Amino acid sequence: MSDGEPLVRWDWIGDHVGELAHYTGVHLQLGLLPVLFGLIISVPLGMLCHRWRWLYPPTLTVANVLYSIPSLALFMIFVRYTGLTEQTVMIPLTLYTLSVLVPNVVDGLASVPEPVRQAATAMGFTAVRRVVQVELPIAVPVVVAGVRVAAVSSISLVAVGQLIGQGGLGYYITRGLQLDFPTPIVTATVLIMLLALVTDAVLVLAQRLLTPWAQDRGKTA
Amino acid sequence: MNDFLSQVRLVADWLTSSQQWQGAEGIPQRLLEHLTYSGLSLLFAALIGLSLGLLVGHTGRGAFAVASVANLARSIPTFGLVVLVVTVVGLSTTPVLIALIALAVPPILINTFEGVRGVDPDARDAARGMGMTGWEVLLRVEVPMALPLILLGLRVAAIQVVATATVAAYPGLGGLGRFIVDGLARNDYELVIGGSAVVVVLALVVQVVFTALRRVIVSPGLRASAARS
Repeated sequence: MSDGEPLVRWDWIGDHVGELAHYTGVHLQLGLLPVLFGLIISVPLGMLCHRWRWLYPPTLTVANVLYSIPSLALFMIFVRYTGLTEQTVMIPLTLYTLSVLVPNVVDGLASVPEPVRQAATAMGFTAVRRVVQVELPIAVPVVVAGVRVAAVSSISLVAVGQLIGQGGLGYYITRGLQLDFPTPIVTATVLIMLLALVTDAVLVLAQRLLTPWAQDRGKTA
Repeated sequence: MNDFLSQVRLVADWLTSSQQWQGAEGIPQRLLEHLTYSGLSLLFAALIGLSLGLLVGHTGRGAFAVASVANLARSIPTFGLVVLVVTVVGLSTTPVLIALIALAVPPILINTFEGVRGVDPDARDAARGMGMTGWEVLLRVEVPMALPLILLGLRVAAIQVVATATVAAYPGLGGLGRFIVDGLARNDYELVIGGSAVVVVLALVVQVVFTALRRVIVSPGLRASAARS
């Protein structure tokens, strides 16, 4: 960086509002769709692990091993199959969410009090209806706690995808380095943090709406 | 499936060719750089995170601040942080270490804190009742009981540091990420996938080391309750 160059040139941000908004949208999509896919996989998987406990340790080990693979390496492995596309970023991010979401679904289901389960059975709920209408709603706070962690880390990881040309706001990070110009890097980094924090706040709000009965108990982790 | 096998063969060819194993651009040199970045930053992060976490957990003061800082820190895109530090401070090892330490402190801090906080108050009271001093309670009751969570924090931090040290190659530093970044720039897929394979193996080794560590140093009485993590 040349001497006297400020960390942020506000006029640059002013000139790029439209473009920044576009990349912000792309970034959100790349970061949040994997969480959605992760949830679609984790809920049934967590239910299976809850039903058959022996499934849980191996599932968790696989999820943890996947999580420990650095994102850059995992992106590269998928480049071979899906090319330099959005899928190449979203598939690894989806896999990463499993190490948080699966345990939280299992813990959430385990947090259902036994008397509640028995009451539901006594009222004539079939096993499937009991899970869908009684157990899953009670598990929501714990599951949402996992979704929050997954969403925040997913959003901040998207930027690395820029190394294969799909990084949302990460575009400005590489661009800033090439131009030796810190403003885009600072802007993108701050925007990504804001996206993560706003998403987190929205999820807290969503949980309040989904579980009105838990209003004052504050059961989120 | 055929494609998968050819990919495996590509990696095997690359790994076994002798030029990968010598010189300043060989695997041993890059691995050493990678381990130096990761090890040093993890060491400093552990010093900061453990002492702060134990302090806050033991005294119960500043809990809200710790939780807020950890939440905020999790949202920092590490790629942006590393590139920013290099752009502002210049290309050398120190700024990367700073970025990696900033990344590794929060998981260690929050898990240490949660671990100590979560110790059964009865056990703490019993220790005091037996006449233990504050330090003895901390070192002989709280730390051993918090160990599963403390190790989880260290493991998460180690995995993140090893992964992010890969990204440090992008702004021009060494480490195993060099293979991936250079391979991409030269359109040399063999280099990219070979480098990725080495990084994956290193990450798995870290995972195994921490799993083994937990077996060895966590008290057997606590292991059942520590099964999840």
